[in-house]
Amino acid sequence: MEHTSDVGIRAYGGSMAEAFENCALGMMSLMLEPERVKPRHRAELSARGRDGGSLLVAWLSEILFKVEAEGWAFNSFGVVSCNGAAVAGWGAGEPLDAARHGLKMEIKAPTYHLLELGEAGGRWAAQVIFDV
Amino acid sequence: MGFLDTMEMVDDFTWEIPVGARDGMLVPGVVFADRELLEKADRDNALQQVANVACLPGIVGASMAMPDIHWGYGFPIGGVAATDREEGVVSPGGVGYDISCGVRLLKTGLAHTEVKGRLREVIDLLNASVPKGLGTRGRLRLERREMERLMRDGAAELVARGIGWEEDLEAMEEGGCYPGADPAKVSDRAFARGRDQVGTLGSGNHFLEIQVVDEARPPAEKMGLFPGQVVVMAHSGSRGLGHQVCSDYIETMGAALGRFGYSLPDRQLVCAPVRSREGQDYLGAMACAANFAMCNREAITHWVRECFEKVFKAGARELGMELLYDVSHNLAKAERHEVAGGARELIVHRKGATRAFPGSRPEVGRRFAETGQPVIIPGDMGTCSYVLVGSEEALRKSFGSTCHGAGRAMSRKAARKQVRGEELLGRLEKKGIMVRADRLAGLAEEAPEAYKDVGEVVRVCEGAGLSRVVARLRPLAVMKG
Repeated sequence: MEHTSDVGIRAYGGSMAEAFENCALGMMSLMLEPERVKPRHRAELSARGRDGGSLLVAWLSEILFKVEAEGWAFNSFGVVSCNGAAVAGWGAGEPLDAARHGLKMEIKAPTYHLLELGEAGGRWAAQVIFDV
Repeated sequence: MGFLDTMEMVDDFTWEIPVGARDGMLVPGVVFADRELLEKADRDNALQQVANVACLPGIVGASMAMPDIHWGYGFPIGGVAATDREEGVVSPGGVGYDISCGVRLLKTGLAHTEVKGRLREVIDLLNASVPKGLGTRGRLRLERREMERLMRDGAAELVARGIGWEEDLEAMEEGGCYPGADPAKVSDRAFARGRDQVGTLGSGNHFLEIQVVDEARPPAEKMGLFPGQVVVMAHSGSRGLGHQVCSDYIETMGAALGRFGYSLPDRQLVCAPVRSREGQDYLGAMACAANFAMCNREAITHWVRECFEKVFKAGARELGMELLYDVSHNLAKAERHEVAGGARELIVHRKGATRAFPGSRPEVGRRFAETGQPVIIPGDMGTCSYVLVGSEEALRKSFGSTCHGAGRAMSRKAARKQVRGEELLGRLEKKGIMVRADRLAGLAEEAPEAYKDVGEVVRVCEGAGLSRVVARLRPLAVMKG
């Protein structure tokens, strides 16, 4: 989605867990080309939040931290449990490689600006704007 | 959108959003712009954000915006808000994720004619020597204790290691060290994200640019700027460390918001009383990130000097590579200002805005007492950049603030749709501007047409009396992050 200064994504899922997985993949696809990443290893991912929105921000921040501080590149995500206050799951990938992974932009952070997370008719929708 | 209808024209360059234009406004909104820039700001919700900021507890004077205003999150980019140090709040969103993102200008004693034939060599060497983009590690490996010292002591710590010059410190805000830095208030995650990033450019709108002074007017000569002179501009920030500090304190203050009893129009405006533990902790961590940012730009400067030394086979001092000045765009600073006839202690938030103090302010230091503080305004890759000086009028009107750049006019996606990276590269090369960018799509996102006309923004700043142009700088070669 368009935003004058930043970049946003909209992601959907049949459950909150699936929407979180798709948001994570959406964020990765802004940073690199996930299809070029091999799922050699798994990293445990977990986050806590005060509500659904802050949980989503915390989940994406956790992934961003793994990429930037630990040098991961992910191509898929799984959410094992997600109850609105805590999320636990994994990301599959390998060490970040500038030559192979089609690196795109750096993301500074997921923001609360225009943040949306909700369910209608069994479909979960999430919207996140990233500071880039 | 449509907020423009509620606004009143004060003069050609000043527009006011009256209190009451939205519920909860405590002070008016003031936007420094001409009609055209104002209409642009209205099209993307930025004026609404000026009104939202006017609701911050303890805000003093007005919620302001500079002519480069555009849609941000919480605060607009180009937003300035001062809050009372005793009764007001501090807002991490009023500083932004890239704490102390800023620009510096390095002078050289080289004329364009001397550099022209070696430009390709210089930009290629810079491109190979200054790490940039996602996942890059800097050339410095710092232990935790070394990082702590750097965050506490600022650029002097790098200079002590032989990275940078002693006299550079006089050419940085606060002498290269923001007061009150407390590394104990910086999370382990922030340490980990910043650990290997000192001396890295980053990506997005961050860049290194070799420029020539195209036009200079007094007091440019007093600053050592002359027509035909080659200069180097660096735009970078606090990297992952600063981004994490902002994220951490948005969460901390978000969790404590109920205790403070604030009701805010936008979740991204989360804040805490300046005097609260959360407020003080944030200011301690923010100062660490600001010191990190200045060190980052100082290390980049060092690599730039090394590159010039290699190409021109002379020492950087011999080549006259003195720092003109280093300014920050994203900070909340403790400052004393005259408000309604009395002096008040304030926290001035500048998000995408630059401090523009006149020479009379002690913060400016002896070096710029006569000229006023240099303000460095980057253009985009295809247009000129500017050096301005601060003014007494800015002190009276905007807590000594001015614009920080052109301001985006187009989303990255829209820019990619409209501009092809390869075509842009060719167009810039045709204009005589060499470009080094790893990603052509990223280049298109930063195309000149994605930005407002920086010349127009600067003209409005002059018209409003917020700062005065002393030099115009034309790009010769650009290295994009």
